[in-house]
Amino acid sequence: MTFLRRARAFLEVYYAYMLVYRSELLLWALAMSLPFISMGAWIKAADTGAFPLAPVEFGRYFLVVYLVRQLTVVWVVWEFEYDIVQGRLSPRLLQPADPVWHYVGGHVAERAARLPFTVVIVAFFFMLYPEAWFVPSWTETVACLALSLLAWVLRFVLQYAFAMAAFWTEKASSIEGLWQIGFLFLSGVVAPLAVFPEAVREVVLYTPFPYLIDVPVRALLGAPITLRDVLIPGAWLLVALVAQRLAWRAGLARYSSMGA
Amino acid sequence: MRDLLRILSRFWRASLAAELEYRVNFVFSTLNAALGLVLGLFALSLFFQNGHAFDGWSFDASLVVYGLFTTFSGISSVLFVPNLSRVVEHVDKGTMDFVLLKPVDSQLFVSTRNFSPWGLPDIALGLGVIGYAARRLDVDPGHVPAALLAALLSLIILYSLWFALASTSIWFVKVYNATEVLRGLLDAGRLPIAAYPAGYRVFFTYVVPVAFLTSVPADVLRGADATSWLAIEVVVAVLAFGLSRAFWRLSLRSYTSASS
Repeated sequence: MTFLRRARAFLEVYYAYMLVYRSELLLWALAMSLPFISMGAWIKAADTGAFPLAPVEFGRYFLVVYLVRQLTVVWVVWEFEYDIVQGRLSPRLLQPADPVWHYVGGHVAERAARLPFTVVIVAFFFMLYPEAWFVPSWTETVACLALSLLAWVLRFVLQYAFAMAAFWTEKASSIEGLWQIGFLFLSGVVAPLAVFPEAVREVVLYTPFPYLIDVPVRALLGAPITLRDVLIPGAWLLVALVAQRLAWRAGLARYSSMGA
Repeated sequence: MRDLLRILSRFWRASLAAELEYRVNFVFSTLNAALGLVLGLFALSLFFQNGHAFDGWSFDASLVVYGLFTTFSGISSVLFVPNLSRVVEHVDKGTMDFVLLKPVDSQLFVSTRNFSPWGLPDIALGLGVIGYAARRLDVDPGHVPAALLAALLSLIILYSLWFALASTSIWFVKVYNATEVLRGLLDAGRLPIAAYPAGYRVFFTYVVPVAFLTSVPADVLRGADATSWLAIEVVVAVLAFGLSRAFWRLSLRSYTSASS
């Protein structure tokens, strides 16, 4: 029961915080326009060239990329870095809950606050491009949501593991910056994995990237899910979790910011 | 003019000294630029499978566009972005008063005060790509001066876009997110404008002038018939710069200080 009460307290507080910044959230929802830019280029390319997807399939693919990205945004490394530099971590260490729950609370609450903007943008998309209209089945929807949840947890834990570097250096977010380049090009945001050359695709499928975007997206579009789609991200999640816990302990031991 | 140079050298020496405290950044920014270039070129090559090419743009010609894009993002992170975030900070903390009291033009001050060397690897790699592509295309050296002029005009347009955005912070204070919207839209400049469908082309020519930033200079360099576009670019650049200046003046009128 204490757990539920705590979870409710965290969510209520952070949902209220998020509502203060509604206009900012609108801008964030607009800022992720990259999938729509890629969409235009790929629809045009598929019109004239021989690619594995038809123009309308590219349209749907990138729309769902946008959705999955909205569901799985993570920014914990910047928040954590800021909290370390400003010494805001100290009072949280005194609370009877692991500080990570503050960040989890913020991320979950933001999802709820962002949802209305996402719905508007999707409606707008189908108004402009009615040929792309499709209704996924229940199983496809559940599979996509489940894989998106896995993707989100994986991204969060990985980024939180990177954030631990803030105990040693002031620029933990630089590691995330490097990671984001891999994410941008190999996860399926700029091009679906279906158009990658076979050999490259096989290698990339062992990295965590495609499981963050491409795999959940294809699940909604009706692609079958294999055991591998769960096992590889699961393995990466385990690695990230162990690394994060170890770094957290070592980091706390040398943490010496204001008030600690 | 002498005064201007003296001011700039003072500004940049001071920021350089401050930035060099974080020398690890150099490693990260170089890695970032190199990885970004390799993966970006991979993503570009995906469009050139099975004999497909953009309308009137070979792979080598598209490389010029990509090189220009990389160079311009480097210049943005050296000059535009650091100054823009400083404007936001000035407004947020009320230190804009001190800027306005200085005997230097306020637009000059806020747009040149900061200099961050971490975009230099991008500039170097971008210029390298342009040079390589120009050799493969057998570019007539006679086109180089006109191309340089076009690139300079692109920089003026780019600066005006960033600066107009910075001006809005006088009203809205926190515009970090708006910068993400602009950055997202500028991403369209990675590909030649011909890669996009008609609707996109209109938007990226007349609403957000991305086409002028990379495609027009690339066209001029490779000697495609672009004289009329170059002439239009002159108009757009003059207009954009004039508007950004008028906009700054207008927004300053609404500035109500934080200390007086």
